[in-house]
Amino acid sequence: MTWFDIGAIEDIPQRGARCVATPRGKIGVFRTHDDRIFAIEDHCPHRGGPLSQGIVHGAAVTCPLHNWVISLETGKALGADEGSVKTIPVRVEDGRIALALGEALLAAE
Amino acid sequence: MTEKLVIIGNGMAPGRMLEHLLEAAPDRYQITIFNAEPRVNYDRIMLSPVLSGEKAFEEIVIHGDGWYIKHGITLYKGHRIAAIDRDAKTVTSDHGVTESYDKLVIATGSVPFIIPVPGRDLPGVLSYRDLDDVSAMLLAAQSRDRAVVIGGGLLGLEAAAGLKERGMDVTVLHVMPTLMERQLDPAAGYLLQKAVEARGIKVITKANTKAIVGNGKVEGVELADGEIIPATLVVMAVGIRPNIGLAKDAGLEVNRGIVTDDHMVTSDPSIFALGECAEVGGHVYGLVAPLYEMARVTAARLSGGEDKRFVHSDTPTKLKVTGIDLYSIGDFADGDDREEIILRDASAGIYKRVILQDNRIIGTVLFGETGDGAWFNDLKKKATDISEMRDTLIFGQAFQGGASSDPLAAVAALADDAEICGCNGVCKGKITEAIVAKGLTSLDDVRAHTKASASCGSCTGLVEQLMQLSLGDSYNPAAVQPMCSCTTLGHDDVRRLIKAKGLKTIPAVMQELEWKTSCGCAKCRPALNYYLVADWPDEYADDYQSRFINERVHANIQKDGTYSVVPRMWGGMTSAKELRAIADVVDKFEIPAVKVTGGQRIDMLGIRKEDLPAVWADLGKAGFVSGHAYAKGLRTVKTCVGTDWCRFGTQDSTGFGIRIEKFMWGSWTPAKVKMAVSGCPRNCAEATCKDVGVVCVDSGYEIHFAGAAGLDIKGTEVLGLVKTEDEALEVIVALVQMYREQARYLERIYKWTRRVGVPEIRRQVLDDLDRRKAFYDRFVFSQKFAQVDPWSERVSGKDKHEFRPMAVAEFVQAAE
Repeated sequence: MTWFDIGAIEDIPQRGARCVATPRGKIGVFRTHDDRIFAIEDHCPHRGGPLSQGIVHGAAVTCPLHNWVISLETGKALGADEGSVKTIPVRVEDGRIALALGEALLAAE
Repeated sequence: MTEKLVIIGNGMAPGRMLEHLLEAAPDRYQITIFNAEPRVNYDRIMLSPVLSGEKAFEEIVIHGDGWYIKHGITLYKGHRIAAIDRDAKTVTSDHGVTESYDKLVIATGSVPFIIPVPGRDLPGVLSYRDLDDVSAMLLAAQSRDRAVVIGGGLLGLEAAAGLKERGMDVTVLHVMPTLMERQLDPAAGYLLQKAVEARGIKVITKANTKAIVGNGKVEGVELADGEIIPATLVVMAVGIRPNIGLAKDAGLEVNRGIVTDDHMVTSDPSIFALGECAEVGGHVYGLVAPLYEMARVTAARLSGGEDKRFVHSDTPTKLKVTGIDLYSIGDFADGDDREEIILRDASAGIYKRVILQDNRIIGTVLFGETGDGAWFNDLKKKATDISEMRDTLIFGQAFQGGASSDPLAAVAALADDAEICGCNGVCKGKITEAIVAKGLTSLDDVRAHTKASASCGSCTGLVEQLMQLSLGDSYNPAAVQPMCSCTTLGHDDVRRLIKAKGLKTIPAVMQELEWKTSCGCAKCRPALNYYLVADWPDEYADDYQSRFINERVHANIQKDGTYSVVPRMWGGMTSAKELRAIADVVDKFEIPAVKVTGGQRIDMLGIRKEDLPAVWADLGKAGFVSGHAYAKGLRTVKTCVGTDWCRFGTQDSTGFGIRIEKFMWGSWTPAKVKMAVSGCPRNCAEATCKDVGVVCVDSGYEIHFAGAAGLDIKGTEVLGLVKTEDEALEVIVALVQMYREQARYLERIYKWTRRVGVPEIRRQVLDDLDRRKAFYDRFVFSQKFAQVDPWSERVSGKDKHEFRPMAVAEFVQAAE
């Protein structure tokens, strides 16, 4: 697994998100109220809304376009909606965040 | 010829008496009221919820100013009657107003009993009687210091619970061995003490107050045994005495109270007495039900209607401390000819005792579970022989005649003449009849039409069950919609509690109001953020992570994740310079679409998020600020060209629109607010379908509100006509501020108006000048913190991270 350093925990606001640009599209990186970090595709399974722009609550995010709620842990839509986004493995060491982008990007080539 | 009726006192009893009288004989009297308190009639029973913060004063007002105006009643507020001249048939107030009467009603209520100990006059010693006392206690409670309440009766305990709720360290001193010994037996008194102590209130019984000590202000209470309990606030709640001084001076017959016959007539046939100051049949009363009965009797006599007489009856005691359920009625002393049935459940904190004489209930004490109170009371009133059900009597109504534990079945089984609302003496039959005959569907309707549960509210559950029985599934008692699944509270409760408990952060709200989730959800967080911004404009730091993306980045997200940008064009006016700047920005950033909006401005669509700060920087140089086209806030003020150009224009509608927009931009509101000003009734600015609109006419400015032209189509309501532009601005600002303070998040003005009612809004922002000014001032204060252009803030670097990716990953790096 190839780990790609994207920055420090403090670069993301608590209960917020930033995105990471990759050739395969954007990845949303989320920081919860209790400082857990998650990364998922920044693309809602419903209509492709940018999930990183949504409101983060607990370990979930509400899509800004039509209010689907996506679990950050599983990438699955919660509630009555069905669909899922890919989750990306995250490693946090000494306050730095790294994503396992290897496979995703290599697969793209 | 109309007769003159003068009333001394404006409490609940004369208020109720007037309601009956105006119904029976609306035109018979010319009515004048003198109220020593400087305010309208309010529900004194509900002072404890006001003290504890569960209700606001406005919610306990029974008759607002409008009611007196509507009925042509003259109300002198803050006038204490100094003397009654029975020969001349006049009364004179301490401000020198003299009024003659044909009939006089004395309703001076009671005065708190102050124990004659040294130090009773020190600043910081209060009684608990009226709103002024509550206000003084609230002020004192801000210290979060120590309070001593002298008196462990109903009022004392309610005061103690309220002060504790307000953050004070509270000790209750009670002279008897158990609390509320006049209404409770020792066992229930003991349970009550445990329950009170469990709330962190200290209770000292057999406590004899010797003196209140302090140098210039209260410092503590000294007991007979020499112990000194430190306190900065002492509340005396040891009892009340009928206020009979005035009647006595006038030579009326007095005993403990002002003596009346069973028609409530005093020793002078032109003078009535009612309420806590009256003594009828040798009894004086302090609970509301008999006082309301006096009101009925007096009104019947005054209107010359049917002959009603006051009959003594027992009234149940209930404690209004949330979480402590207590009910007692009748006689519960031990005696040789008496039997009792007792149920105790120590772990659940339940105690029930029914006292019997000759197989009939004569008294009941319930603690911890009081649902059967009404049923026991009914059996007692009717003197029902209970031998048949003696074995299961104590388990309550549900256990009689079958093992039904359905509360609805219990209510269904009540007889039509069973009393539901003790305060107002409303029986079951009257309620069900009103529900059916008048097609009532909400609790508020039932309260309005029958008065049931409209006083202390403790029978609300029963009334709701009756509604359920009458209306079936179409009635949902839990009609208060929770804000979201994170809480059981509705928007109104949350707003009220934010103010009452002084909650100033989202975590504080969630902690204090027991949110069920760790950090809310996308429904409640933006709402809470708005409520806190609106309620604490100077203290609350906007929680940016609780705003929808549009309000977080100050642009409108589009379906492809790009944004649109709408700069403000004040009143829809623009210029060549502005248009040129927009054209340059569109070229420079290759903005794919430009559109003229319905609100008279220009929208640039398809801007990449990363470009937003640079776009704003260029727009800012041309003098543009954010148009808040994304905000739950003031959007546009659409105008026509008015007297500047139009041959029909009556006022400067363009100038006024611009003035409103410049005054109000930047304010956050529960939902978007769109306005318009038309220069004449031809209404080219389409002001009559806006949230707030102005139609100028020759004689001034007609203010409209509560229109809609979106999901719903609705013409506006007319708020009123004012003469000057300044006044129009003040009314509009007051209206929007009232909406900001009272509406639910995402509720447009027209929906809020449907709920609150046009007359109420008109009363608060148009008729009541003091209130209007207060709303206006609060809006102006909040604007100090709100009128900051969010675009220029972001051009200067605020929230930089929001507009840049955190990192950019390339194939090369990833392949390493």
